[in-house]
Amino acid sequence: MSVKETDNLSTKAACTGLIDASCRLPLLALFGVAAVWLVIGLALALIASLTFHQPEMFAGCAAFTYGHVSAAANDALVYGFAIPAALGVMLWIFARLSEVELVLPLVPFVAANLWFLGVLGGIGAIFAGESSGYTWLEFPRAAAVLLFAAFLLVAVSAVATFGQRKNRELYPSHWFLLAALLWFPWIYASANVMLLPSQPVRGVAQAIINWWYADNLIFVWLALVGLGVAFYFLPKFAGKPLFSRFYSQFAFWALIICGTSCGIPYGAPVPAWLPTLSSVAAALLIVPLFVIFVIFAKTICGAQTECRGGSFCYIKFGTAAFFLISGPMMVASACPHFATLTQFTWFQNAQTNWQILGFFATIILGAAYDILPRVMGIALPFPKFVRFQHWAFIIGNLILLVSLVGAGFKQGANNYDLAVTLPFLRAATLGWLFLLLGSLMFAANIFVMSIKWKLALVKTVIIAVKAPLVTKTAEVKS
Amino acid sequence: MKNGLTVFLAAFVVLAASWMAFVLAPALQQGREQQTMVLNSSDFWPQQRTGAATLGLQVYRANGCAACHTEQIQQGGVACDVVLTSAGKNHPEVVSNLVASLNLKNLTELEAGAVADKITAVGGKSETHIYATGGDITRGWGIRRSVAADYLYDAPVQLGTLRAGPDLGNIGARLPDANILLNHLYAPKSVTTDSLMPSFKFLFEVKKIGATPSPDALNLPKEFAPAAGYEIVPKPEAQQLVAYLLSLRANASLYEAPFTPPTVSTNAPANK
Repeated sequence: MSVKETDNLSTKAACTGLIDASCRLPLLALFGVAAVWLVIGLALALIASLTFHQPEMFAGCAAFTYGHVSAAANDALVYGFAIPAALGVMLWIFARLSEVELVLPLVPFVAANLWFLGVLGGIGAIFAGESSGYTWLEFPRAAAVLLFAAFLLVAVSAVATFGQRKNRELYPSHWFLLAALLWFPWIYASANVMLLPSQPVRGVAQAIINWWYADNLIFVWLALVGLGVAFYFLPKFAGKPLFSRFYSQFAFWALIICGTSCGIPYGAPVPAWLPTLSSVAAALLIVPLFVIFVIFAKTICGAQTECRGGSFCYIKFGTAAFFLISGPMMVASACPHFATLTQFTWFQNAQTNWQILGFFATIILGAAYDILPRVMGIALPFPKFVRFQHWAFIIGNLILLVSLVGAGFKQGANNYDLAVTLPFLRAATLGWLFLLLGSLMFAANIFVMSIKWKLALVKTVIIAVKAPLVTKTAEVKS
Repeated sequence: MKNGLTVFLAAFVVLAASWMAFVLAPALQQGREQQTMVLNSSDFWPQQRTGAATLGLQVYRANGCAACHTEQIQQGGVACDVVLTSAGKNHPEVVSNLVASLNLKNLTELEAGAVADKITAVGGKSETHIYATGGDITRGWGIRRSVAADYLYDAPVQLGTLRAGPDLGNIGARLPDANILLNHLYAPKSVTTDSLMPSFKFLFEVKKIGATPSPDALNLPKEFAPAAGYEIVPKPEAQQLVAYLLSLRANASLYEAPFTPPTVSTNAPANK
């Protein structure tokens, strides 16, 4: 190693510290928002699930109809948890890959607060009966505008950081994350502009746009971010380079081309060319799914790192298996014969839940545990919780998957009779309970960490205030 | 894909293509849809809702009814029956012998055409009746599948994704009784004993019976009735919601979903 290279390495280590520190404020805010809404969302999902134990539980209460609680739970999980957490991890990865400090760190910090307000307003509106009535777009206009503005603010900081990168060549994660930055504002703006004005587009075009949006948000956007993050962390944990640049480029193209057209369900009351196009796209989705599986397998195989329940295990087992269940489920539900059995059943919920809480949450929480100590400069307050949370999520997700898929098949085979699915739905409650427990552990880590940091800040301020004014006295003496 | 611009353009082109196919094209194709004619009739379809039903759609939205109910009827396919109407100028026995040798029920469109041709060839006259089969039709939820035209006046269109309860796409024709629907909303078990639907009591008021009982008060079975001297009166929201439910009909024969309406031959009341 030449003198120049060792020099480079030491400056690099110093730089990495600075880069991490520059992300501290926005990341703490974004992860904080995510943790709060993850807990709230899972608690709401648990409450919604209780309806199947005792239908009359909230019968007298207009705010707590099943329609309100389940919609609020879904939105809290996607808008409250998934997107802010994704943005936090994205900012850090952009700064790290660019090897520069985060540009405009205060902007995403402000954006995180706006985002929180937007989600709060949106969830409040759902409970007040002011939801828009479109799936995944329940938030009313005011909340949607806040979310849109907040996303753009974060994107400004991310793109500015990206623009200043030292190594001009792009890493595979860049493609996925940059595409995600473009994807969300586009789909969110066009869906809201077409659907939420007082005169939305006419008739069934609303439903088509709604389906397109839901597919692009839940499947494509979460997959783009999840894979982008996984492709960054996997090689680091495995201690060897990503396999391979060409494969991931192919996966990227195939995923966005096929994934973006899968939204329209079979048999929908729309012109036949739309569901046909979606079915074909969904069938082709097998190709990127297979390639992604190969990338994961080849990158992980022969990894040097020992597995002791740390975040590596988490991602290693999580991502590959998790994505590869949700994807084929979606492909299957686009096949006409299969769709007649599973359409309008809990099978669809099982797939969506798996995509959000199985695939996406696993990667993002694993990444957050890895990033947080670096960014904060202190260790996680409850390192054991990481392991508990990880197992709670795996068990919870599996219970949820098995019970909801079982409920779906049972329901589809019995003329949509809810009564036959009740044992399954009651078992699903247990799954939600596990997930809620896990989310509480994640939240505990985040909030204790942020309180510790704030206390340290206060201490520093007090010391600074108490300290004698060294420089001035020195100047006077001289 | 070595610089930011390439990635941006790649994502842009893919998303733009998907946007044009799934947002722009439907907005142009479906967004400009107009009323159509009901087949073999001078009626227009769909009819604009009444004021109460239009408000009821908002009650349906506000309470999140679409979380458990779909509004889209699906069918497996269509089948045809050929019905001999007259023997025409030929000997009745010849025609009836021919007809007896043919299968006239449950045919595909092509088969029905061939059978009709054979009957015409011997001088008889026939009608082809078409009806939807399979899927929700077998479940008794509708007589034809839902088509895009049915939702022309909905805003928001709430097709729903989950059938925790039955499909409501044709509920207005299937259960055209406002009192039953109101009772079902107030106490689902009073109408369907094993119903798992939560009660929507908050859409109703419990009132002390005044000088004259309210004409709108629910007529409930004993175990669901309020205490003596009280009555259950639906709030305007409940009335509107029921008006909306009654307006949900997919029972007009259309070009894209044709069926032969059953001929009403008696004056007897329809089965309930």
